[in-house]
Amino acid sequence: MSERQTPTIYPETRFYWDGAKAGKLLLNACTPCGGKAYFPPRPFCPTCGSRDVTVTEASGRGTLHSYIINHLPAPGYEPPFTVAVVMLEEGVKMVSNILDCPAEPEALILDMPLEVTFEQRGDVAVPQFRPAKGGAA
Amino acid sequence: MSRAEIAIVGAAETTQLGKVPELSQTGLHADAALNAMADCGLTPADIDGVATGGHDVAEIIQYLGITPTWYDGTSVGGCSFITLVRHAAAAIQQGLCTTVLITHGESGRSNNRSHRPIFPSMQQQEFESIYGPLVPPSRFTLPVMRKMKDDGLTEEQLAMVAVVQREWAGFHPRATMRDPITVDDVLSSKMIAYPFRLMMCCLVSDGGGALILTSAERAKDFPTKPVYLRGTGGESAEGPMISQMESFSSSKAFRVSGKAAFDSAGITHADVDHLMIYDAFAHLPVYGLEDLGFVGRGEGGAFIAEGNTRPGGKLPLNTNGGGLSYMHSGMYGMYALQEAVRQMRGTSPAQVEGAKLSVVHGVGGMFSAAATVVMTTEDAW
Repeated sequence: MSERQTPTIYPETRFYWDGAKAGKLLLNACTPCGGKAYFPPRPFCPTCGSRDVTVTEASGRGTLHSYIINHLPAPGYEPPFTVAVVMLEEGVKMVSNILDCPAEPEALILDMPLEVTFEQRGDVAVPQFRPAKGGAA
Repeated sequence: MSRAEIAIVGAAETTQLGKVPELSQTGLHADAALNAMADCGLTPADIDGVATGGHDVAEIIQYLGITPTWYDGTSVGGCSFITLVRHAAAAIQQGLCTTVLITHGESGRSNNRSHRPIFPSMQQQEFESIYGPLVPPSRFTLPVMRKMKDDGLTEEQLAMVAVVQREWAGFHPRATMRDPITVDDVLSSKMIAYPFRLMMCCLVSDGGGALILTSAERAKDFPTKPVYLRGTGGESAEGPMISQMESFSSSKAFRVSGKAAFDSAGITHADVDHLMIYDAFAHLPVYGLEDLGFVGRGEGGAFIAEGNTRPGGKLPLNTNGGGLSYMHSGMYGMYALQEAVRQMRGTSPAQVEGAKLSVVHGVGGMFSAAATVVMTTEDAW
């Protein structure tokens, strides 16, 4: 089986992947918008256009917003596997797999609490989510 | 009273549809273009505007031997051709050209081509593809579980989209899939990306189509029955990362594009005799019906399941069978346009009796872009 894809990292997103390597989920946030987070990273706010943005560490908590159970092949994956969209506590959505959870509708309950973890792919750490330990976030 | 300013005078699909291993992608463009020119009695020397999506427009110009004063290569996925209809209309109205050829060709099945037609997106690859959703069936379907929970859409309703469209395809000798199917057939077909099964996903075909547009004034000199544009149509885009849609239950691009088309045409939903909504997957007609305002939010699935869009229903929808049953080359928008032109000419094998106004709405990429146009048989309203 071939290896899972690793991201092509660009200058504007380097901090995100460096953060993941250090076990942190980092987001950009806009100062004029009151510290509102946005995703994916870019050096300006997609709501107001300001370049006055910061890097902030996400809580790592989120909920299962939507998903598919993918039966199609993908390098390094063994179908069926879950592809999800996670709603972070900070109000932004991101794609993830759901680790430590069967790829079955009965186990994938919309809005269930999730927590971040990191999957090592060579030199790159990829943010991933799994059911939150201890139930409710 | 408003008068029509732009008309579609030439329209044709490729000679063969479905499996066309004997032609390259460029060849499919050319076959469709030559058929459309023959339809209205023109040659390449009569064309001064050329537009295409997902393919280098300059290659089409050179291959066909055209000397244009205007071109457009807008490539936002399958609705590009619907977008290009309104761009071409604007160009003709501005005097940038007089006679526009819009071509589509795609060797989706045989893969006789040098490149895939949709540009890769940098951030989509960096933040979505790495988790395994690499192809449309595992990307376009991502929002749907959310919609099912929030709006009550069911798997049976999604299955009914495929069932009803197969009924329409049964009228079309050129449709790839024509045998009737049941909800059980759909729900027992192969699982692709839960909750989506094979029969809820579009075909993968070879084919093409072309349109020729000119001023409504000149249209009367052509041998074909003119199909007039009403209003400016609409377009919008939300972007290639489906995870970043503002809402998973409604497409902002659909809403903005649809509203512009309806407002500029000065029509209400009751004026629409015939409707095409690009259906790469079974949920798209549901989103389209809701986001264009034909039904309320959360009512699209039931509206189709109750039979309103089937033959004999009050709102004939996707009367060629759509991407699910007619054909789907990859960028299906051209075939939605072709069926609307046939309906306005009165020549569709699934002709809606007395249809005078058709709305064509398309999606580009995975909810990335949208475009809408309104066609009519009437030169004034």
